[in-house]
Amino acid sequence: MPAKIDPRPADSNALSLDGALQLLEQSGHALPALDEAGRAAWLQAVIDGLCELSSRDPLTGLANRRQFELTLASEIDRVARAGEPALVLMIDIDHFKKVNDEHGHPAGDLVLKAVAAALRDCIRPMDTVARFGGEEFAMILPNCQPSFGQAVAERIRLRVQATTIAIAPGADVSVTVSIGGAFAPQWVRSSPLLWVERADQQLYRAKSQGRNMACLEHQTVSWVSPEEKGLLFGTSQFQDFE
Amino acid sequence: MTAPEASTTMSSAPLERDRQKTASIMAVTSGKGGVGKTFLSANLAAALAAQGARVLVLDADLGLANLDVVLNLHPKLTLHDVFTGKATLEEAILPAPGGFSVLLAGSGLVEYSRLTPQVREQLESVIAQVSPRFDHILLDTGAGISDVVLHAVSLAHEVLVIATPEPTSMTDAYATIKVLATLQQRRHIRLVVNQVSSAGEGRTIRHQLQLVVDRFVAPQLRSQGSGEPLVLELLGEIPIDVAVREAVQKRSLLLLKMPGSPAAQAVSAIAARMAR
Repeated sequence: MPAKIDPRPADSNALSLDGALQLLEQSGHALPALDEAGRAAWLQAVIDGLCELSSRDPLTGLANRRQFELTLASEIDRVARAGEPALVLMIDIDHFKKVNDEHGHPAGDLVLKAVAAALRDCIRPMDTVARFGGEEFAMILPNCQPSFGQAVAERIRLRVQATTIAIAPGADVSVTVSIGGAFAPQWVRSSPLLWVERADQQLYRAKSQGRNMACLEHQTVSWVSPEEKGLLFGTSQFQDFE
Repeated sequence: MTAPEASTTMSSAPLERDRQKTASIMAVTSGKGGVGKTFLSANLAAALAAQGARVLVLDADLGLANLDVVLNLHPKLTLHDVFTGKATLEEAILPAPGGFSVLLAGSGLVEYSRLTPQVREQLESVIAQVSPRFDHILLDTGAGISDVVLHAVSLAHEVLVIATPEPTSMTDAYATIKVLATLQQRRHIRLVVNQVSSAGEGRTIRHQLQLVVDRFVAPQLRSQGSGEPLVLELLGEIPIDVAVREAVQKRSLLLLKMPGSPAAQAVSAIAARMAR
């Protein structure tokens, strides 16, 4: 068995921090003054800064995919224990390639930033919005009632549609998004992969039905309503037994 | 954005089966636990084996199933060892008392009760590898409607839901049927009613479930764009039988110990109907 490793460095002077400090400086991350904060607090700030960097998408400032997956996993635990429904939305910019082709990649970047800002405007403090990859974004909305899901997705779609994006002086564009959503059913042990996959299938449906549209999976059906129970245990069954 | 894959997702349509070369894969599931899922899997496997079929029961509950308890097996090697490279698939497939084979998950897999992509792929690859060598593969799934269960069911050609006449069991069976129809596009679900107290009770329960399905699930399926109706097929009913408890307590297979008991005969009839 290997010896237990003490996480505290014996001599922090031996650490090589040049790369880390360069990254933090490049990203505009301010560190406290070393002599005021003390070495331990300063090192902690370096580590925190790196964690922050590794969880953000550099272009849009949104959570990146890694952070999204972490949040999703912990949300699944919460849903399974607390039984509060949660919604995942996958959001994809329609015809993004056309923006890049017609106006160039810098314009494409501006569109990504503007859509990211619009999405950020739509969420509650406990929600997570992430850049999933390329022109695809993802949202986690904890404690979102299934009956509100469609309205929430629709509001996001309209918010993006109403956003004008200045890609050059005097040149505005606007884009639309397709949205797919799926709830983690209450009390159900889920997996991040399958949850995202279900939302992705709805996104696929929104795309194939003409884009600029929000499609949500039909409310997951593990819930049995009083009406259903009424029919299930209707009089006929018990009459038959008598 | 990626297009969804057709065959391996839990929301996929039932697999098409090449009847010539590979096993018929049937998932045994229940919604509620404790209604006889593992009892049925094991005894049905024995009944199918008695008819000359090559049968494998796979613990698709990833270590939470009681297959080893029911069969009184103390496996040294399990699916967990296969996944971690400590054993070959050959070594982990064990002969069970009823003349069939079992593949146990091993308690080490409990940590995977969250379905990681690796476990999914490994499970799929194991099933693909064993498929040509058996006529029937029974997937003994977990209780409840977790993604693990849904994934296991998505790997099967057929799905069997077992329920008892108890209201909680019927409600959970109905919820399971609903989820399988809407998320997996299942249009044919087999039903076994366990612990019936009078002959024909199974038929009544099937009828009642079908009624609720037609009223409440069918409209959802139509709005999803599929007009094909969902059909519940009663594969059989198993009467309440003291022999079952005796066999369970002795940790032996009912079909071997008391083949003449009413419950054993009922299981054999179910096997005969499956073989048809």
